[in-house]
Amino acid sequence: MILGTVVGTVVATRKDERLIGSKLLLVQPILPNGEARGAPIVAVDTVDAGTSETVLVVSGSSARMAADQSDRPVDAAIIGIVDVLSLDDPS
Amino acid sequence: MQLARVIGTVVATTKDEGLAGRTLLVLQPLSPGYEQVGIPLVAVDSVGAGRGEDVFFVRGREAAFPFLPAAVPTDASVVGICDWWSTNAGPVAPKSRQPRARRRSTRAAVKSRT
Repeated sequence: MILGTVVGTVVATRKDERLIGSKLLLVQPILPNGEARGAPIVAVDTVDAGTSETVLVVSGSSARMAADQSDRPVDAAIIGIVDVLSLDDPS
Repeated sequence: MQLARVIGTVVATTKDEGLAGRTLLVLQPLSPGYEQVGIPLVAVDSVGAGRGEDVFFVRGREAAFPFLPAAVPTDASVVGICDWWSTNAGPVAPKSRQPRARRRSTRAAVKSRT
């Protein structure tokens, strides 16, 4: 799983019918120190995350194991909202 | 599977119900020579690993297998704690582990949920 920050939403009227009802968010992957890394991705939200929240994103076929995603064409899902990130001091 | 050092933990109250009760660890992937490889990631613990320990983890769909029959939606899981490893050049001396006392806790731009 990767850490990310929700940076936007995606609205799509025409989409695979199995995606109907899915909330799509734009997530910027971040390092544990908060620094952005890589390009934003589109992920299905399963935990009702909101803009600027730090979230956990699961990728690949594991994303379909998230709630109600079992038969959906999805390869990234938001499955958690981060409260606290606790790191050992790098030294 | 890949070697990694556990460098932190993640607390998430709102999460997929399949993750309830699971420990989320921040891993820094390592080369056999203890060089950092790639960027840190979050993995679910299946073996009781803790901060500062050297572990190996599995990525992809198989990361959910240690928890079967429970459905844990994860693409990375810690599946072993390394006692030591060696290469063709001989045993690799582990770099000292981080003392547990030195921790930095960040409330990472987390807003209170209304």
